[in-house]
Amino acid sequence: MNWAWFHRLGSPPHIYRIAGTLTPWFAWLAGLLIIVALYSGLVLAPPDYQQGDGFRILYVHAPSAWLAVMIYGVMASAAAIGLIWRMKIGHAVAASCAGVGAWFTVVSLVTGMLWGKPMWGTYWVWDPRLTAQLILLFLYLGYLGLRAGFDDLSRADRASAVLAIVGFINIPVIRYSVEWWNSIHQAPSVMKMARPSMPIDMLAPLLMMLLGFTLYFAAVLLVRLRAEILRRERTASWIREVLR
Amino acid sequence: MSAQRTSTMTAVWLVLQRDLRLATRRPAQLIQPLAFFAVVTLLFPLGYTPELSKLRAVAPGVLWVGALLASMLALESLFREDAGDGTLEQFVVSGQPLVALMGAKTAAHWLLTGLPLTLMAPVLAIALGVSVAAMPGILLSLAIGTVSLSLLGAVGAGLTLGVRRGGVLLALLTLPLAVPVLIFGAKATELAIAGESLTGPLYLLGALAVLGVTLAPIAAAAAVRIGLE
Repeated sequence: MNWAWFHRLGSPPHIYRIAGTLTPWFAWLAGLLIIVALYSGLVLAPPDYQQGDGFRILYVHAPSAWLAVMIYGVMASAAAIGLIWRMKIGHAVAASCAGVGAWFTVVSLVTGMLWGKPMWGTYWVWDPRLTAQLILLFLYLGYLGLRAGFDDLSRADRASAVLAIVGFINIPVIRYSVEWWNSIHQAPSVMKMARPSMPIDMLAPLLMMLLGFTLYFAAVLLVRLRAEILRRERTASWIREVLR
Repeated sequence: MSAQRTSTMTAVWLVLQRDLRLATRRPAQLIQPLAFFAVVTLLFPLGYTPELSKLRAVAPGVLWVGALLASMLALESLFREDAGDGTLEQFVVSGQPLVALMGAKTAAHWLLTGLPLTLMAPVLAIALGVSVAAMPGILLSLAIGTVSLSLLGAVGAGLTLGVRRGGVLLALLTLPLAVPVLIFGAKATELAIAGESLTGPLYLLGALAVLGVTLAPIAAAAAVRIGLE
C-alpha cells in the first residue's frame, strides 16, 4: 500500500495549498445551505403548535450546540494525532479549533437562554444540558488558557494536547453526571414537554442547517489553519515563494 | 555494569516515604489547607444565616466546595519545588517508570491533604448543624472523593508546571474536570444527612476513583515530561 498521501499530510506547504483550494468550496456550499435553510426554516416551516414562532431559534441553537461538542472531538483527535505521531499539523489543527469551538459554545448558550425566556419564563434554569454546555465552555477556556501560558510553542502544543485528551475522556462522564444530578435533585418539569416527532417540513431545514454550519466550520477551520501554518512556518523558505 | 537495580515497588515506597517525611518537616504546608477549609466553611454561617436548620440544608455543598478548593490550594506545592530543585528530572532519568512514581507522589498528596481534609469534615459538619449519625457517610464519601481530586489535581499540576504563575490556571483547568466528583460527593453527603442509604453515589464515586487511578498517573507523567523540557 502506498502511504505517500498520508505522509504528505504532515507537510505544511502541502496542507497550506490544499486548504486554500478547499476553502471556497466549503464556504460557498455552507452559505448556500444556510440561506436555503433559513428561508425554509423561518418562512416555510409551520409554527409549532405549542411554542408558536419561538421554536425557530432552534435552527441556530441546535446546530451550534452540536458543533460545540463536535469541535471538541475534532480538537482532541487532532491533538492526539499531533502528540502520538509528532505531526505538527495535528497541533496546528487543534490550535485553530479551540477558538471556534468556544464561540459556538457561547452562541449555543446565548441562544438557549433567549429561547428559555419565553418558554420557561427565565433566562437560566439548571437544566442538565445547559449546565453541561457551560462546563464545556470552561473546558475550552482552560485549553486556551493553558496554550497562552507557555512561551514555547512546542511545549504549549503538547501540554494542551494532553489536556484536550483528558477533557475528551471526561466529557461523557461530566454529561452523564450532570444529567443524573438534576434528575435526582428536582422533578423534571419545564423540559419535559411532550415532544412530538418533528414533522418533515420542520426537520428538513434543521438538517440543512446542521450540514451548513458544519461546512461553515470546515471553511473557517481551514482559513484559521492557513494563518496558523503561516505563523508557525514564518521562517521557512517556501512561505516567501507562496506569498510573493 | 551490573549495578543493583531498585525494583519499582521499592522506588514507589521510597518516593512515598520521602514526600511524607518532607511534609512532616514543614508542618505549616500541612495545616494551611485545613485552616483554609475551616475558614471557608465558617464564612457561611456569617454570610448566610446562623440558623442550623438552614445551614444543614446547604451543608453538603459547603463541605464539598470547601474541600475541593482546599485540595486545589495544596496542589501548587505538589510538583513545583521538586521541579525547581531537579528532583523531578532525577525521577525521569532514574529508569523507573515515571507513571509509578507519579502514582506514589499522588498517593502522598492524598495522605497529606485528602485524608486530613476528610478527618476534619465531621467537625465542620457539626458546626453546620449536621447530626452525628451522618458522620460515617460523610467520612466515607470524602475519603473516596478526595482520591479522585488528588489524581485530577496531579494532572493539572503537571500541565501547569511550565507556566509562570500557574495558580489560577491550575484551578481553571482542574475545577471543571472535578464536577462529577462534586456532584456525587455532595449527593452522598446529602443522603447521609437525610439518613438514607448512600450506596448509589458511593459506588459512582468509587468508579470515578478507579478511572482516575487507572488513567491519571499516565496523563500526569506525560504532563511532567513536557513541563520539564
